[in-house]
Amino acid sequence: MTQLHLNEATYQCEAGESVLDALTRQGVAVPSSCRSGVCQTCMMQAAADANVPRAAQNGLKSTLQAQNYFLACVCHPTEDMTVSLPDSSDRLLPATVTAIRPLNDEILCVGLDCPSLQDYRAGQFINLYRDAGFSRSYSLASVPTDSYLRLHVRRLPDGRMSNWIHDQLKIGDSLHISAPVGSCFYLPGAAEQPLLLIGTGSGLAPLMGILRDALNREHSGEIHLYHGSRDRAGLYLVDELRELAEHHPNFHYTPCVSSEPATSGCKSGRAVDVALAEHPDLAGWRVYLCGNPDMVKSARKKAYLAKAAMNDIYADAFVAVAS
Amino acid sequence: MANELFHKLGGEAAVNAAVDVFYRRVLSDDRISDFFEDVDMERQAAKQKAFLTMAFGGPVNYSGADMRKGHAHLVARGLNDSHFDAVVENLVASLQELNVPAELIAEVGAVCETTRNDVLNK
Repeated sequence: MTQLHLNEATYQCEAGESVLDALTRQGVAVPSSCRSGVCQTCMMQAAADANVPRAAQNGLKSTLQAQNYFLACVCHPTEDMTVSLPDSSDRLLPATVTAIRPLNDEILCVGLDCPSLQDYRAGQFINLYRDAGFSRSYSLASVPTDSYLRLHVRRLPDGRMSNWIHDQLKIGDSLHISAPVGSCFYLPGAAEQPLLLIGTGSGLAPLMGILRDALNREHSGEIHLYHGSRDRAGLYLVDELRELAEHHPNFHYTPCVSSEPATSGCKSGRAVDVALAEHPDLAGWRVYLCGNPDMVKSARKKAYLAKAAMNDIYADAFVAVAS
Repeated sequence: MANELFHKLGGEAAVNAAVDVFYRRVLSDDRISDFFEDVDMERQAAKQKAFLTMAFGGPVNYSGADMRKGHAHLVARGLNDSHFDAVVENLVASLQELNVPAELIAEVGAVCETTRNDVLNK
């Protein structure tokens, strides 16, 4: 018999019993469905030092496995485990605004110093709190070795949070953020695998983190980044990305504009269409999709139909809220 | 006996290979792709995997009640025999592409056929 520690309580797990059965039997509500390790509804997270049985991570994305997520219905612990339901990790961290600079007419880069945040994966996102009941998700554009966290905040027409950030937030202000979450990030290993990064608007933020992380870790495969916007004014970090492409022969940057004709160094068309036209066969590729939810949804399907494996397609997990 | 089919086909590895080929065919088939719009692709792929495991006689056991409940909203949108046939046709083509012997494909088809009335809520 082993013990399960959850939310400061302890539950018994009989020999041969799954974590799901043990917790459910003792009155803990754990969402579940197929109870066969297939549907992933009962996903939970184990503490970093827990010994998660390998069978309990079968079928999960490698990024989730690396964060000790497991499927409770097929997890038969061999030793005591500390576990949590994914939603309960939303604790708040104090942060200070250290930089605010415009990236273009509608997007600001916000720098945050958060001493209690020691580790994250480039490409993950945080929830930023204006007050206890009001938060929005923003992807991290920085890598952990940067001196501060960076967010790309686009002003939305009726965006209460984004307008507040654009009009009122000042360097030196204090606020709170959640611990980073999300599984759209670069994982070392398979350094020769080609990477396709497609982003629209401020969806470039996580891709910047993922790109820099991959380059820092000496990813040797080809890396193609397509950043799309309606017009040239919506593109940003163009010079920085061109400079990175000059220094890294395996990195290729293609800015795309959907409502203007192609001009020098810029292709005409939607980023996903330009990317798929240039790379029609994605078998063996790793694909990262960030930005407009409709673009992400359609690009995910197109990438899959172009033979990218489902487990090799990573996408932003959150949807922007307009008001 | 059904479990025997699952092992003859190659067990979980065969399911993983088949789900990729099969799901791509289903998503590209204009006769049925509309039924797969507006769903989370990964969850849907997990369901395809569960479906194939069942079709292969493997260890996922749906009850007829689950089948009826799971497809009721699609029947309301017009899911009928022709769509069921199209899915089976795509499954057969996928297994042929993976060089599965014809007699095993026939067995898989027979397992699928046992679910027709529940899937279509007849």
